[in-house]
Amino acid sequence: MAVLVIADHDGTHLRDSTLKVLTAAKALSADIDVLVYGSGSATVAGQAAKAAGVRKVLTSESTGLNADIAEDVAALIAGLAAGYDAVAIPASASGKNFAPRIAALLDVSIISDVIEVIDAKTFVRPIYAGNALETVQTSDAKVVLTVRPTTFTAVAADGGSAAVEAASVPADFAGTRFVGEEKVTSDRPELGAAKVVVSGGRALGSAEEFHAVIEPLADKLGAAVGASRAAVDAGYAPNDYQVGQTGKVVAPALYIAVGISGAIQHLAGMKDSKVIVAINKDPEAPIFQIADYGLVEDYKTAVPALMAALG
Amino acid sequence: MKILVPVKRVIDYNVKVRVKADQTGVDLANVKMSMNPFDEIAVEEAVRLKEAGIATEIVAVSIGVAQCEAILRTALAMGADRGLLIQTDQDIEPLGIAKLLKAVIAEENPNIVLMGKQAIDGDNNATGQMLSTLLGWPQATFASKVVIDSDEAKVTREVDGGLQTLGVKLPAVITTDLRLNEPRYASLPNIMKAKKKPLDTKSVADYGVDVAPRLKVLKVTEPPKRSAGIKVADANALVANLKTAGVL
Ligand SMILES: Cc1cc2nc3c(=O)[nH]c(=O)nc-3n(C[C@H](O)[C@H](O)[C@H](O)COP(=O)(O)OP(=O)(O)OC[C@H]3O[C@@H](n4cnc5c(N)ncnc54)[C@H](O)[C@@H]3O)c2cc1C
Ligand SMILES: Nc1ncnc2c1ncn2[C@@H]1O[C@H](COP(=O)(O)O)[C@@H](O)[C@H]1O
Repeated sequence: MAVLVIADHDGTHLRDSTLKVLTAAKALSADIDVLVYGSGSATVAGQAAKAAGVRKVLTSESTGLNADIAEDVAALIAGLAAGYDAVAIPASASGKNFAPRIAALLDVSIISDVIEVIDAKTFVRPIYAGNALETVQTSDAKVVLTVRPTTFTAVAADGGSAAVEAASVPADFAGTRFVGEEKVTSDRPELGAAKVVVSGGRALGSAEEFHAVIEPLADKLGAAVGASRAAVDAGYAPNDYQVGQTGKVVAPALYIAVGISGAIQHLAGMKDSKVIVAINKDPEAPIFQIADYGLVEDYKTAVPALMAALG
Repeated sequence: MKILVPVKRVIDYNVKVRVKADQTGVDLANVKMSMNPFDEIAVEEAVRLKEAGIATEIVAVSIGVAQCEAILRTALAMGADRGLLIQTDQDIEPLGIAKLLKAVIAEENPNIVLMGKQAIDGDNNATGQMLSTLLGWPQATFASKVVIDSDEAKVTREVDGGLQTLGVKLPAVITTDLRLNEPRYASLPNIMKAKKKPLDTKSVADYGVDVAPRLKVLKVTEPPKRSAGIKVADANALVANLKTAGVL
């Protein structure tokens, strides 16, 4: 029983989520290989080779893989799958994009968003925006999983010394053309990995206000910035900031929700945070039902006061 | 150009879900059911493409219990032309749904399949990707903008870190994200008209595909409950508490 873990990286660094998925993979098998695909795979493979418990690291690059074209990524992984009983993929937007394709190519079901590995065939996953947890057992010969990194601890980033090998390169899929991308760059920590997250909601009212209020607070705390769907829909924050059922799932040590009501779809993305703070002027806002510390106040006075209190 | 829109009947997004005491699932008795919100966005996009003179026919397909007819009627009231219900009481996994849809597509020959990125009941986010794989058609998931340019769809996608734009050759499968559009409410006259639009009912057996489940649900449980904490008087009290809690 060997497992192939697909690395998540930014072209230079292996993301912490990969180390967390490795923990999930360990519950399946002791034989774990990691695939690093796309630009920068050689650099990142060096980091993956040091992660505790990795047997071998595979790398692959091509035009399609570098652009994260799902058809190409899935073809690569399905081609490698003969040597593995399970493929474990971080449940990022990228992972969710190609993982079901691998399952379809192998004619097995996909098990999305795994939060607990019971045994090699049995997994727990949230359904209904995390309002229920489903324990499923697969009868498929191979298992394709996306793993929610926030519920697993990371394996040690060093200590390992796995060999690095180049995997074969799939032919680029002809039906898809990369046109361009617009990435949001920021010096702040990544939302998925940050120890502190400050999120803003509809209450902020404009992109200017979001920048002026949420970002300085985040900077003071060394925090990542998140947002509710309403704030993203209204253009106050980029789509990548959305926390929730259909956005990012975060579980920082401290989550501060500013002017967010606490709809179940938002809670789905942050209710596993260690400490939750809510700042909302409506004492009846549902967010207070799950907040450890609630401050019933207009954010316009509360946030400057908090900045001052933090010194 | 023909567009196929698969629509799923799910528990309404406003309903507070309750897990059954016997741990066999969630309680769906007497609960408001609606069209999956992402599928409403897909129907809306298809209707806009028709209004723009790009699409000529929109077929909405739903797989599920007899009551799925209601959400097909909603799709028809929004502007779809025909409905197809594949009636079954079985809960079919994404792989099985994708196989059924592939069989429907072999009969219907659409140029685009526009569907939701995720059904908010099972939260799988898988069917569109699987369907595209089985068909060998390109996929463009999590779409926030779709522009059709003769035989290509230019799709802007919501990805980690921002947006990506792909050009996919038609026929293709496109899945919707929240920012693609704001679905319309069907007007009363359109709801009346929708009652007369054609709606076919078939059975899973008519398609001869294997939809047997691969997963056995051992149990469905409630997540650990988080209880409300305390209200603090002001920012200073908040900071003091956070320091005590060890998170500052
Ligand atoms: C299919 C689907 C998927 C969804 N996915 C997500 C998701 O992933 N993430 C997500 O967040 N949402 C998601 N939603 C949307 C969700 O249902 C809510 O609509 C959304 O979270 C509301 O955002 P909000 O709390 O910012 O806005 P609102 O609900 O409008 O709340 C604003 C809050 O700000 C408070 N407020 C106003 N002014 C002030 C002030 N001056 N000072 C302090 N407080 C103030 C108000 O009291 C209110 O509580 C989804 C919805 C659907 C249908
Ligand atoms: N039973 C169904 N009937 C019709 N369409 C479905 C069904 N199940 C899933 N879909 C489509 O597939 C999308 C993704 O669903 P899922 O992969 O289950 O999250 C939905 O938004 C629908 O467009």
